[in-house]
Amino acid sequence: MTRRTSSIAIIAGAALLACTATASAERLVVSLSTHRVVIASNFAGADLTLFGAIEQDAASVGRAGGGHNVVVTIIGPRQTTVTWRKDRVFGLWVNASSRTFVDVPSYLAVLSNRPLSAIASADSRQHLRLGLQDYPLAQRRGGKVVTSKFDDPYRQAFVQLKTEQQLFHEQANAVTFITPMLFRASIPLPANVAVGVYEVEARLFADGVVVARENTAFEIVKSGAAQFIAEAARDHSLLYGFAAMLLAFFTGWLGSVVFRRD
Amino acid sequence: MPVNMFLIFGIGLAVGFLSGMFGIGGGFLLTPMLIFLGIPPVVAVATVSTHISASMFSGSVAYWRRKALDPALAAMLIGGGILGTFGGVWLISVLRSIGQIDLVLGIAYFSLLGIVGGLMVVESARAITRSRQGGPADLRRPGSHAWFHGLPFKVRFKQSRIYVSVIPIWVLGFITGLLGAMMGVGGGFMLVPALIYLFRVPTSVVIGTAMMIQLVTMSMATVMHAFTNHSVDVVLALLLMVGGVTGAQFGARAGQRIRSEQLRLLLGLLVLLVGLRFALVLVIEPANLYSLQISEAGP
Repeated sequence: MTRRTSSIAIIAGAALLACTATASAERLVVSLSTHRVVIASNFAGADLTLFGAIEQDAASVGRAGGGHNVVVTIIGPRQTTVTWRKDRVFGLWVNASSRTFVDVPSYLAVLSNRPLSAIASADSRQHLRLGLQDYPLAQRRGGKVVTSKFDDPYRQAFVQLKTEQQLFHEQANAVTFITPMLFRASIPLPANVAVGVYEVEARLFADGVVVARENTAFEIVKSGAAQFIAEAARDHSLLYGFAAMLLAFFTGWLGSVVFRRD
Repeated sequence: MPVNMFLIFGIGLAVGFLSGMFGIGGGFLLTPMLIFLGIPPVVAVATVSTHISASMFSGSVAYWRRKALDPALAAMLIGGGILGTFGGVWLISVLRSIGQIDLVLGIAYFSLLGIVGGLMVVESARAITRSRQGGPADLRRPGSHAWFHGLPFKVRFKQSRIYVSVIPIWVLGFITGLLGAMMGVGGGFMLVPALIYLFRVPTSVVIGTAMMIQLVTMSMATVMHAFTNHSVDVVLALLLMVGGVTGAQFGARAGQRIRSEQLRLLLGLLVLLVGLRFALVLVIEPANLYSLQISEAGP
């Protein structure tokens, strides 16, 4: 599945390059240290490593040595999240107004080898949806879904809170060039990541434009027992409730037997 | 939700110890502790219901063996209790959807803990001064007829040797169920004094009867919270239950040996502090006015 997606991406990338006159024939190859992260009950976060290589042909060789920049964007499973704003009502701080962000990434990381402003111009950053600032986040406004403006206070608060939870992440030194043609990026996953498919897109920039891109993905799953409990709680909630009740009775009964005094 | 398992177990143990020592359910301490730890209030309330079910089952078994409970009175209270539990679980899901769960729980906890803590402090302070003056520390007030003894639908409860209208009994059951399901408390702190002082139920059957009621309302709350709000966390509940049941045994033993008035005073002050913490959160301007709430997982 992952391999098929990436080969499609390569074909698409090649097609894109073929029809752009100025394009040089760089190619990007990336590989993740793992495609499956298992969350057990003691999961305290993890770091994934992405390795990438830049392949060049005669047309682009002249650019070698410092001309390349890499931006890796990781997008986690989507969630609908409400951002509440507190206001003072009768002397109490109360959730007074809210905006609903629809199908926004639960996790978003933008990793690069230098600040994004040094890689691409403001216009192209916006066009390429590069970085947390320019990533589109949809809001529900009275029945319609619209992309929130960059300076919307709810959007800013959303991004800030997600960043505090380490679920949104922009790091300008996370991509390290080992050799001019070989790079490595470290993907930090905090303990509170959501389960699901995480899409990874690596983009190679030269002179402020994307010259190659490559996609891959990894999956975060819960371990056997945790997965079983989570699924039961969601899909068989009534049975799950009765099971929890019986577990309580059993624990209570066990306690009364073990510590029986009369 | 990443929280330290040993910390949760330790909290279960500590609250269990206190509950064994003072004969309280401990929900009104446990639920706030979990909320302060950062566990979402909806999950804390639901999961503590499971925990209380376990400790009430444990206690009910012991009282059932000694026949120290009144099944007829319990059944009547449970009737109102189940209705109240339905109401409480429904309220929680409504409050969650309109984002006011923190506010309502904060006010409810502040009021509840303020009253319970205040009464404990006053009552234990009085007991301390009485024992200093040489009188007996424990005094019972004489009986009197209250206004609700005039209500219709009177029923005789043989084991409790009382003859009262079923209306106030259903109301008491309803309030217990409602507050229990909404706040993650058993309601013993309210049931026991009400049964003793208002309905004049003999102390020999009060504790067992109250435990029986809480057992039913809290296990109903567990099932309904799991069904309606998907908010019961069994792993968290199991840690709390094992800690709580164990702690309660040691607490009960310790409670028999030490003088209780001073400890009750301390517990009352602790309860007041926890209540104050809820009030402060509402009154002091938060560092960040914004907060996030995940409403649904995406496609």
